[in-house]
Amino acid sequence: MLGFLARRLLVAILVCLTVLTFAFALTRLAGDLAISIAGAQATAADVEIIRKAYGLDRPIVEQFFDWVRRAAVGDLGQSYFFKEKVSKLIADRLPITLTLGLVGLTIALTVALPLGIVAALNESRVVDRLVSLVALLGQAMPSFWLGLILMITFGLHLGWLPISGTGTWQHFVMPGIVLAFSAIPALLRLTRSGMIDALASDYIRTARAKGLSRASIILKHAARNAAMPVVSIAAVQLGFMLGGSIVIETVFALHGVGFLAWESISKNDFPTVQGVVLLLAIIYTLLTLIADMFNAVLDPRLRAS
Amino acid sequence: MTGWRNWGLWLGALIVGTTLLVGMFAPLLAPHDAFAFNLSNRLVPPFWMEGSKPEHFLGTDQLGRDYLSRLIYGARISMLIGVTTVITSAIIGVTLGVIGGFFGGRIDDVVLFAITARLSIPLILVALAVVSLVGSSLTVVVMTLGLLLWERFAVVARVTTMQVRTLDYVAAAWSAGCSRSHILFREVLPNILSPLAVVATLEMALAILLEAALSFLGLGVPPPLPSWGLMIAEGKEYMFFSPWVIMVPGLSLFVLVFGINLLGDGLRDLLRTGRTA
Amino acid sequence: MTALLEVRDLEISFSGLSAVRGASLTVAKGETHCLVGESGCGKSVTALAVMGLLARNGARKATALRFDGTDLLGLDERAMSRLRGNRMAMIFQEPMTSLNPAYTVGSQMAEVLRRHRGTTRTAALDRAVELLTLVRVTSPGLRIGQYPHQLSGGLRQRVMIAMALMCDPELLIADEPTTALDVTVQAQILRLLADLQKDLGLAVLLITHDLGVVARMAHRVSVMYAGEVVESATAANLFARPMHPYTRGLLACVPVPGKIKPDQPLGSIPGMVPQIGRDFLGCGFRERCGHARPDCAGTIPRRALGPDHDYLCQLEPDATAP
Repeated sequence: MLGFLARRLLVAILVCLTVLTFAFALTRLAGDLAISIAGAQATAADVEIIRKAYGLDRPIVEQFFDWVRRAAVGDLGQSYFFKEKVSKLIADRLPITLTLGLVGLTIALTVALPLGIVAALNESRVVDRLVSLVALLGQAMPSFWLGLILMITFGLHLGWLPISGTGTWQHFVMPGIVLAFSAIPALLRLTRSGMIDALASDYIRTARAKGLSRASIILKHAARNAAMPVVSIAAVQLGFMLGGSIVIETVFALHGVGFLAWESISKNDFPTVQGVVLLLAIIYTLLTLIADMFNAVLDPRLRAS
Repeated sequence: MTGWRNWGLWLGALIVGTTLLVGMFAPLLAPHDAFAFNLSNRLVPPFWMEGSKPEHFLGTDQLGRDYLSRLIYGARISMLIGVTTVITSAIIGVTLGVIGGFFGGRIDDVVLFAITARLSIPLILVALAVVSLVGSSLTVVVMTLGLLLWERFAVVARVTTMQVRTLDYVAAAWSAGCSRSHILFREVLPNILSPLAVVATLEMALAILLEAALSFLGLGVPPPLPSWGLMIAEGKEYMFFSPWVIMVPGLSLFVLVFGINLLGDGLRDLLRTGRTA
Repeated sequence: MTALLEVRDLEISFSGLSAVRGASLTVAKGETHCLVGESGCGKSVTALAVMGLLARNGARKATALRFDGTDLLGLDERAMSRLRGNRMAMIFQEPMTSLNPAYTVGSQMAEVLRRHRGTTRTAALDRAVELLTLVRVTSPGLRIGQYPHQLSGGLRQRVMIAMALMCDPELLIADEPTTALDVTVQAQILRLLADLQKDLGLAVLLITHDLGVVARMAHRVSVMYAGEVVESATAANLFARPMHPYTRGLLACVPVPGKIKPDQPLGSIPGMVPQIGRDFLGCGFRERCGHARPDCAGTIPRRALGPDHDYLCQLEPDATAP
């Protein structure tokens, strides 16, 4: 178990280093950063000044190691556009994105788990087909379009929810629903197939032979074993949701990390883009790590090996 | 399998096939020039609403361009993006996956690591950043998505290659002294094609949705090209008064992606029953 | 002898395919009844049908299905579940997969008692330790805290048996309980079952394909073939005077030291078990039977050979020499 965790941790660190390199390389794609920062109107002299000011005149390898060294201690550099520390920019906005992600995950689980279980209990019946159809429809829904439709319906016509902005908890309802939509199909399918496998297993036959109640058989004996892949995919989906929040935050003008990323991309603010990419990668890696540990709690066999 | 699943497969094939044909023959099918604007003819509503004009079946956009014609050209862009992205990412993913699954050991560790690293990179964000840095064009969008969407191909190719490699008849081919390349191309590749077909549909759906999202955020297909995502973005300002400007391209996108997913689901069931039969 | 379990003309089908067609058997209080037959003959589904555990696409029908006078056919799922694990218990062939990997042995055993008797967790765990001792598990106090994957196959089957006995059932159905185990462990488990049966006065319905097991355990034997009980007798009678050609064939397949010469080939039954459709009529064994006659395709009479022995065949008791 400890060996397994150590190995996972090592991979996680390697992944973060790879992303670090990738994020650095990404910003050099455009060619000369100094020209991009200076803008179209800048003179050659202006560009030179910027190049010096941002340290872009140093050898690329030196720049890279400088960036890695600073990133390792949490210093993601200075934003060109916001004139602030990137780490502070991100820290200010992370709570909104995390709230959004957790709201989305909660909604997704509340919908997907019961539906998946119901579908599994009625395998191949009409209910099951309908649930599969719901999953397919959800998968096909472009999130930004769904967001706009919700805005028109609940914001404009019904007037139940605020159309955009951050102020209250109501502001998170529509974005949360939209975000949940992207995660529901995968969670639903996995819950369903996991429950079908579990329900067909020998230990469920034993549980029935013991005369246990239906609720105990389904929720205690089957669901516990079906939960493991669902936990893994839930972590992955939360990671994807945080990454996908860039679209939803833009649609609903929620000033979270996604919105920050979009702003900095459109303003050629590379240090901020780099920082957000790195942060999201680290969060994703952490989430999968947490899911592994959670599964070890769920499955005694994993704990032993 | 029962008729219901087959029904899905056929409906999916119908939707995808129709969109493909519409895209291919867009210049012939479009009733108007999709790029010609007419400011005196702006935001004409579609046929089911009052004030519609018979020559503009689905109305016109904020610049007076015929919406049906733009929709038809949009189908062309979506299908183009979908198909080319899948080809690019399949080449990358299948190569990596087959190498990892076939050779195993250290090589496989590297492939697995590449997949893990790729998964941890936020997809949309990086795609947006790349397009923003390199400049938006159809080619850039296709290349970016193709370079990012290979991981599911790799995962599936890797696992199925591992399975095929241990099959009896492949082991028999080994012991009969067949060369590595013979086994790879004659035994392994044909056997992993069908699961990869299912992945291809999934990735195509994802690529089309991603392109739409990028274009919606203004960093995908550049205007005046009529991408469905771009049409929604352009219609956004008018959506509270004329909701159909986002409903028409949005629904098209939704139906196309739904059709691709139906096709993929149907294929998967077909392959599954084919295997057990 | 009073009948504890009475099965009369049980028919089971799965999505239209017949699995059992008119099987009857009676298990008396305190006796071991062996149900013998090759795989696919309907032994296991008969047991599952008695317990009300058939898969969703399985349908059962019978003129009588009574447990201690209660008509099981008339019970709904709730009432059935109150009998299961309580007055009638069942253990299975696969000890490796029959326990839930996610819960400790103790908690899986305890929940039976808590469900049927409403006892506290501690009391239920005490009872679990008691029963683990009864099934000769060493250091039972340690075992109840362990997970199934930490136990060997034989140990898991002991746990399954102990779990089945938590509520002092009157009937224990054991479906090939030793098939998946090592030979030495098989013998231990069988001895345990025999002892428990005697000590607790259990009625046991033991399903097996192994005539050696039958010879050691059975008071009474029912031989199943293609969904029918083709012969039923006391164990002594069955081995002494097997009547049905299939029973004879089965017995001929078993080497008996002393009775069989070293070079003599063992018997075998030619052919395969037939596919039984819904409108299949007549003897299921006729394709493989050396005594088959045209009227074997018609309705087959059940012939009695004394009060404790009957069989399903066209042959008269004296028509064939054993």
